[in-house]
Amino acid sequence: MLENACRGGKRYWILLGVWVLLIVLGLAAYSQQLTKGLTITGMSQDVVWGLYISQFTFLVGVAASAVMVVLPYYLHNYKAFGKMVILGEFLAVSAVLMCMLFIFVDMGQPARVLNVILHPTLNSLMFWDFLALTGYLVLNLVIGGMTLDAERKGAAAPKWVKPLIYLSIPWAVSIHTVTAFLYSGLEARPFWMTAILAPRFLASAFASGPALLILLALILRACTRFDPGKEAIQKLATIVTYAMVINLFFVLVELFTGLYGGMPHHVHPFQYLFTGLDGHAGLVPWIWVCEVLTVGCVVLLLMPNVRKQEKLLAMLCVAVIVAIWIEKGMAMIVTGFIPSPLGKITEYTPTQYEIAITVGVYAVGFFVLTVLYKIVLGVRERLEVT
Amino acid sequence: MMDENRRSFLKKAGCTALGVGCGLPMLVAARSALKEGSEDSKSQWAMVIDLRKLLELPKAQQEEIRKACATACHDAHNVPDVPDSQEEIKWIWAEKYEHAFPDQFHERASDKMKEADVPVLCNHCDRPSCVRVCPTKATWKREDGLVMMDMHRCIGCRYCMAACPYGARSFNWRDPRERDSSSGELLYFKEDLSPYPARTKGVVEKCTFCAERIRDGGDPKPACVEAADEVPGGKGILTFGKRTGADSEVGRKLRDNHTTCRRVGLGTGPNVYYII
Repeated sequence: MLENACRGGKRYWILLGVWVLLIVLGLAAYSQQLTKGLTITGMSQDVVWGLYISQFTFLVGVAASAVMVVLPYYLHNYKAFGKMVILGEFLAVSAVLMCMLFIFVDMGQPARVLNVILHPTLNSLMFWDFLALTGYLVLNLVIGGMTLDAERKGAAAPKWVKPLIYLSIPWAVSIHTVTAFLYSGLEARPFWMTAILAPRFLASAFASGPALLILLALILRACTRFDPGKEAIQKLATIVTYAMVINLFFVLVELFTGLYGGMPHHVHPFQYLFTGLDGHAGLVPWIWVCEVLTVGCVVLLLMPNVRKQEKLLAMLCVAVIVAIWIEKGMAMIVTGFIPSPLGKITEYTPTQYEIAITVGVYAVGFFVLTVLYKIVLGVRERLEVT
Repeated sequence: MMDENRRSFLKKAGCTALGVGCGLPMLVAARSALKEGSEDSKSQWAMVIDLRKLLELPKAQQEEIRKACATACHDAHNVPDVPDSQEEIKWIWAEKYEHAFPDQFHERASDKMKEADVPVLCNHCDRPSCVRVCPTKATWKREDGLVMMDMHRCIGCRYCMAACPYGARSFNWRDPRERDSSSGELLYFKEDLSPYPARTKGVVEKCTFCAERIRDGGDPKPACVEAADEVPGGKGILTFGKRTGADSEVGRKLRDNHTTCRRVGLGTGPNVYYII
C-alpha cells in the first residue's frame, strides 16, 4: 500500500519538489529564530501570540471538519460519501500535524516542549489540547489506514476499527472545543471570554473544512482519474452553506452582546477590529473583506442554482476559506491582545521570517497530504484495473 | 444461616468502610495540623504601597523613588535592560493611573490622579491566573503565597502572559546574555552580575517578592522596599510583610487605611494593596 507513495508521474514529483523547496525556505527562517529568539517575529510583550497561534486555531478547525464526512457516512450510512471519507480523514491528519508544528515553532524553548508530558498539569487547557490533538491524529491515521488497507484487500476492516470511528466523532468536536477553551477561560481577555467562542469555532470550522475538501476533490478530479461523485460534492456544498449561515448568526449574536451593553472592556476590541481605536486600525481592512465575503457567500450559497454550478461553487469555496482564514487566522487571536489588559494599544504585523516559517509549516502539511492522497489514489486505481 | 452470615459480614464491612472513610481524613488533618508551624509562617506575603504619601512628594522625588526601586530590583535579579519598548523586561515599573487602575479611572479624575505614576509589580494573587494556565507547573503558588517562576522549566508558550490581567510578566524575546560582536561586552546586563540565576532566551520572568531574601529569614525586605526606604522622604511608602498576624505592619496598614487593589473585579485576589 505504502509503495504507492514512491511511484508516481512527473507531476507528482514536481508537486512534492515544490513542497520541499518551501519547507527548506521555512527551515532557513526557523534556524534564524532558533539562534536569535522570537525577537525576529512581530510579537511583543503586549501581543504575545501572533501568526503561529492564529494558524494553529484555523487548522484545528480544518482538522475537526473531517467529522462532516465521517458522521453522515458511518452513522447515517450515507453512501455517496464513500470515496470522500478517506480524503476527509487524511486532511485531518495533515491539518493536526500542522497544528502541532505551529505550536512547536511558537515555543520560546522548543527543546523543553516535552515538559508538557513530563509535568502533566490538569488545570492547564494546553495540556488537554495536547492530548486531544495527539489522540485525534492517531485516530484518523489508524482509521484511514485500516479502512484503506481493507478496501485494497477487498475485505471488511477489522472489527475494532468501528468503535474507533464512533469515538472519532465526539473527539473531533472536542479538539475545537478545547482549543476555544484555551482562549475563553481567560478573565484578562474579555474579547475571548464568551460562551459563543467554542460554538463559533465549530461553525466556522464546518464551513472552511468542507469547503477545502470540495476544492481538493475538484482538483483531484481534474488531475487524476479520481471522481468523488457529483452528489458528494453537492452534499458538502449544502453542509458549507448551513455552517456559513450558522457562523454568520453566531457572529451577529456576539456583536450584539459585545456592543449593546457598551461595557468598555467588551467594546474596545471590537472597535479596534471594525473601526480602529485611537488611530490604530491595522486589522480594519482585513475584517471588512472577511465580513463582505461572509455575507456574500451566505447569500450566493443559499441560491441552489449558483451552488449547483461547480465552477461558481469552487469560487465560493475559495471565498469561504479566505473569509474564515481572516477571521480565525488573523483577527480572532491578535484582537484578544488589543487593547492590552492595561488599556494600551500595541499593534502587530508579522515579519517576513514569521511568514516564511508559516509557509514552511503549511508546506509540511501539504507534503504529507499529497503523499497520503497519492496512496489513496494508487490503491483505488489498482482496484479499478483488476 | 447463610443469610445471617452475609448480613453480619455486610455490617462489619460497612462499619469498616465508614470508619476508614471518616477516620483517614481526620487522621490526615490531625497530622498536618501537628506538622504545620505557626499560622504565621503559612500566611500570605503582601505589600502595601502608600500612593497617597508618594503622590504628595514633589515630582522629582517621586521619580527618584520609583527609579531607585526598579534599579535595585533589576540589579539584584539580573533583569536584562532591553531598550526596545516592545521587548522591555520589567519586574517593577510605573504605570499611569488609568492603566494601573482601568476600572477605577474616570474622565473627571483630578489632574493629580490623571498624571500619577503608580508603581506596579506582580500581585502574587490568591488565585493566580498564570498558575492556572501554565502547562508545565513552571509557575506555581507557594504555601506562603509567593507566585514563583522556574525559568529553567518554562517552555516559553506565553500562556501565562495571555492570562495575567496585570501585564506583570515579561518574555525574553532575545538572548539576555547576548554580547556585542565587536567589543564582546554584555548588551543587556552590567558586567558585574549578581549571583541571581541567569536565564536563556525564550522564557518568561517576573517579580518573586525577593524569594531569595525570604529564604534567608529574619525580617525580609524586598530590594524595592529597601531602596525606597533609603531615598529621603521615601520611608514607609512601600511596606512588605505578612498579610495577617498581630505584629504585622502590613496588616496594621490594611486595617487603618482605605486601600484598594488592581482589578478587584476579576477575582484574582491581588496581594499588592494601594493606599489611596
